[in-house]
Amino acid sequence: MRPKKLSNTTQTILTFGLVVLAVLLLLLAEDNLNTYLVRIISLTGVFGIMAVSLTFVNGASGMLSLGHAGFVAVGAYTSSLLTMSLAQKQTSFLLTGVAFPLNTELLSNMPFLPATLLGGIVAAGVAFVVGWPSMRLAGDYLAITTLGFAEIIRIVLLNASRFTNGSLGLKGISPFTNVWWSWGWLLVTLLFFASYAKSSFGRALRAIRDDPVAAKTMGINVFRHQLVSFTAGGFFAGIAGSLYAHWLTSIDPKPTTLGMMLTFNTLIMIVIGGLGSLSGAVIGAGLFAVLSELLRVVESDTVLFGFRIAGISGMRMLVFSALFILVMIFRQQGIMGRKELTWNALWQKIPTSGKRGNRNA
Amino acid sequence: MHDAVLELQDLSIHFGGLKAVEALDLQVKEHEILGIIGPNGAGKTTVFNLVSGMYRPTRGKVLFEGKAIHHFPAHVITHHGIARTFQNIRLFQTLSVLENVQVGMHHRLTTGHGTWFWRAVSKIGYFSAENKQRQDSLQILEKTGLRQWQSERASSLPYGIQRKLEIARALATGPRVLLLDEPAAGLNPSESKELMELVRRIRQQFDVTVVLIEHDMKFVMNLCERVMVMDYGQKISEGTPEMVQNDPKVIEAYLGEEWNDVEVS
Repeated sequence: MRPKKLSNTTQTILTFGLVVLAVLLLLLAEDNLNTYLVRIISLTGVFGIMAVSLTFVNGASGMLSLGHAGFVAVGAYTSSLLTMSLAQKQTSFLLTGVAFPLNTELLSNMPFLPATLLGGIVAAGVAFVVGWPSMRLAGDYLAITTLGFAEIIRIVLLNASRFTNGSLGLKGISPFTNVWWSWGWLLVTLLFFASYAKSSFGRALRAIRDDPVAAKTMGINVFRHQLVSFTAGGFFAGIAGSLYAHWLTSIDPKPTTLGMMLTFNTLIMIVIGGLGSLSGAVIGAGLFAVLSELLRVVESDTVLFGFRIAGISGMRMLVFSALFILVMIFRQQGIMGRKELTWNALWQKIPTSGKRGNRNA
Repeated sequence: MHDAVLELQDLSIHFGGLKAVEALDLQVKEHEILGIIGPNGAGKTTVFNLVSGMYRPTRGKVLFEGKAIHHFPAHVITHHGIARTFQNIRLFQTLSVLENVQVGMHHRLTTGHGTWFWRAVSKIGYFSAENKQRQDSLQILEKTGLRQWQSERASSLPYGIQRKLEIARALATGPRVLLLDEPAAGLNPSESKELMELVRRIRQQFDVTVVLIEHDMKFVMNLCERVMVMDYGQKISEGTPEMVQNDPKVIEAYLGEEWNDVEVS
């Protein structure tokens, strides 16, 4: 009989091996695939960060938040304004001019890493402020409140023209995001949330999700624990926002760019992957990124019986919605359910030899 | 000076016109097992909700070791050393037995929340704390006879074991006073007897004072050293099981004619 569980050392080695393998694969991909595919691979990483942070808040902590895109937008704007050069800002803010702290050399031309970190920190700050009143609510009420706050954030971005250039948005953001940044940050995100979930604090969050009243009588400060989890989710949403902005290279406060649409796309990823499962979120994000590229077919012009039918943009979302409904009917728990793809789980699945797997130790 | 570990003074809570608990005075002595009995709707569970901080009293005080605690939120009261169980079992259903107990220990990490949070996430200087939490939890499972169930999900446990786990989880918070709300409800006679032994044993092993609400008269009269009887939110009698049993007010208000049918040893 082989042992039921793998030792911690084995698991660490396997995880390390997987990371090395991923690095090699990314290297290979960057050298051999065309720019378009490489861009899709980096987008997958960005979606992965959004999905993992949202699934932790929604699934593992049981707070149905629909405000994720708001924090993504905050991160996107903050970091983009920091990496843009002063001249660039002055030319794009034609109508209003740049407001004070942003028109200094100090807050311009910043390297990508500190700009992304600051984007995350500002988003976490906003999440904290939004979370403070919202964490007193639960369930549907929390969902509606966070959705409302995300919309408020978007409206502020639209109207604070001297800071955000209003509806014109920001253009000419340097395309810093590549596979290394996005997958590197995804690794950091996964390590953070996996470690959080496995700790006593993650356990406390799951206890709160199961029964907040009982959790309170166990001496757990429910409000504080949920606020910490929400803020952590906001931080990584901000990071994802920064990466997304430097991938898109131009951002604006339209609902389809950094608004509700993004929240719902992220929700689709995590529900398909399995709400609350970090590895499921990555799988869901990967599926979403790949599918939305493959489904471009349905939006292009088609010739049917000699008639040319013009493509309808947005058609993909219909297909996604249908897919989403099918998942809801036939597999409510998504691909992974609440389980994680761990080495132990794989070890037990595979009877004799040849084990390959996903991240997450 | 306080030989009463828990003291209720003029404790009252009104819900609109309903006086759920009215002018209740009670002293719980250190290390005793006190039973609270009374007909349905007498306000027994409301007393527990007041003491454990789920409700704020309309009037009156709850003193724990001489200190007023009735204005604290529930989790702070647990930090002070009062733990409770629930009449309708409220385990963390998706967590394992061991994890349920570990959650009970979690609050000890949260003094200085921030630093422990970073340690927990970065895993720097955390493993020893996590390990200790695990060992202590296993010890509690050992002492309550739940060790063999440790990796089962709470929702898949048999009913009697769920009741026990509620007690084990409450003990994990490190209480000085343990409030048990109908611990024997739904148990068969042999399970109920076993539970009686368990309550006696944990009082010794964990050095706790036990206050319990129970409808099973045999259970209460055998186990408790003192009994308080409530009706319509008020205390109508208090004393040793024998005294209470012979109190005409109790017989009239609560036990009535049925008293003769109930076998009391």
